[in-house]
Amino acid sequence: MSEAVSALKSAEYQGFARVSECGLRGMITVRGDLASRKLTKAVEDATGQQMPKPRMVNTDGPSGIAWMSPDELLVMVPYADVTGKLAQIDKALAGEFAMAVNVSDARAVFALNGNAREVLAKLSPADMRRSALPAGEMRRTRLAQVPAAFFADADDAFTVVCFRSVAHYVFDLLKAASDPSSDVGYF
Amino acid sequence: MLILHCPNCGVMADETELTAGGEAHIKRETVGSDDAAFEQYLFQRENPRGVHFERWRHTSGCGKWFHAARCTASLEVFGTYPAQTVEPPKEITDKITAKRPGWSWRSFS
Ligand SMILES: [Zn+2]
Repeated sequence: MSEAVSALKSAEYQGFARVSECGLRGMITVRGDLASRKLTKAVEDATGQQMPKPRMVNTDGPSGIAWMSPDELLVMVPYADVTGKLAQIDKALAGEFAMAVNVSDARAVFALNGNAREVLAKLSPADMRRSALPAGEMRRTRLAQVPAAFFADADDAFTVVCFRSVAHYVFDLLKAASDPSSDVGYF
Repeated sequence: MLILHCPNCGVMADETELTAGGEAHIKRETVGSDDAAFEQYLFQRENPRGVHFERWRHTSGCGKWFHAARCTASLEVFGTYPAQTVEPPKEITDKITAKRPGWSWRSFS
C-alpha cells in the first residue's frame, strides 16, 4: 500500500495572515433528499454533528457536515476513518435515492489564520463582511479562476477547500493575497 | 456588475460566479414538430430593450439553475425564481407591471 500524502505536504506561509495546508482530510460527498429522515440520520450518526441548515456547516474538529446545495452535503471525517464511515453511510442509505462518494483524495484544504477575510476578499466575489458571512456559514464561490468553498469558525479562522488538482495554484493565490505589504485594512 | 439572488442557496451572487444560460421559458420541440416550430425553438430569440427573462446557473456556488427577470437597458433586476416552472410567477410579473406598466415579452404581459 502506498503512503497517502496531501497535495502540498502541509506547506505553510506567514504573511499578514498565516496560510497552512491542512494535510489529509476525510471528505464524503452525499447527494440525495436532504429532508429525508434516513439520510439525516446517516450523516448525523457518521459525524456526531447535526444536519446543518441551508448554507451552514456544523463541525467539531475534523468531523462535520456542510450544506453545499439543496441536494448535496459535504461530510467531513478524520482521513483514517473515511473508508469505514463511507461504508457506514452506504449501509444506512440502503434503499434510499441517494449517493455517497469518498472525495478525500480529490480535495485540498487550507487553514487561514489572521486577517483571513481580507485575503479571501481579494480573491473571491463573496461578501466577506462578518454580517454577510458569519461564523459557521459555508460559502461556495471561486478563488480567482477556480472553484472553492470556505467557512469561518468562531475565532474568524477560515477553512478553505478546493480541488487537489489546483492546490498549488490556490496556495500561490493565498500567499500573494496575504503578502505582508498588501494588507488593505478594510476588515 | 450584475448581482442576482440565487433562489436555490440564497446567496447574492455576482455575475462572475454565474453562467448565463440564455433565454428563459423556451418550449422544446421534438418528434412530430414541423420545420417552423423547430426554427422557432432552435434559432429565434428575443433581444429586447427592456424587460427580459433569462436562465442563469450558479456555477461557482451551489451549481443550480434558476430564472431571472431583469431590464436589459437599466440592468435593474425585477427578481429571480426557481428553474422548475414554465412561466414567471405572478409575484414577479406584478413587480414588473408596477415598474414597467404595459410591458410584454413573448406571450407574457
Ligand atoms: Zn446558488
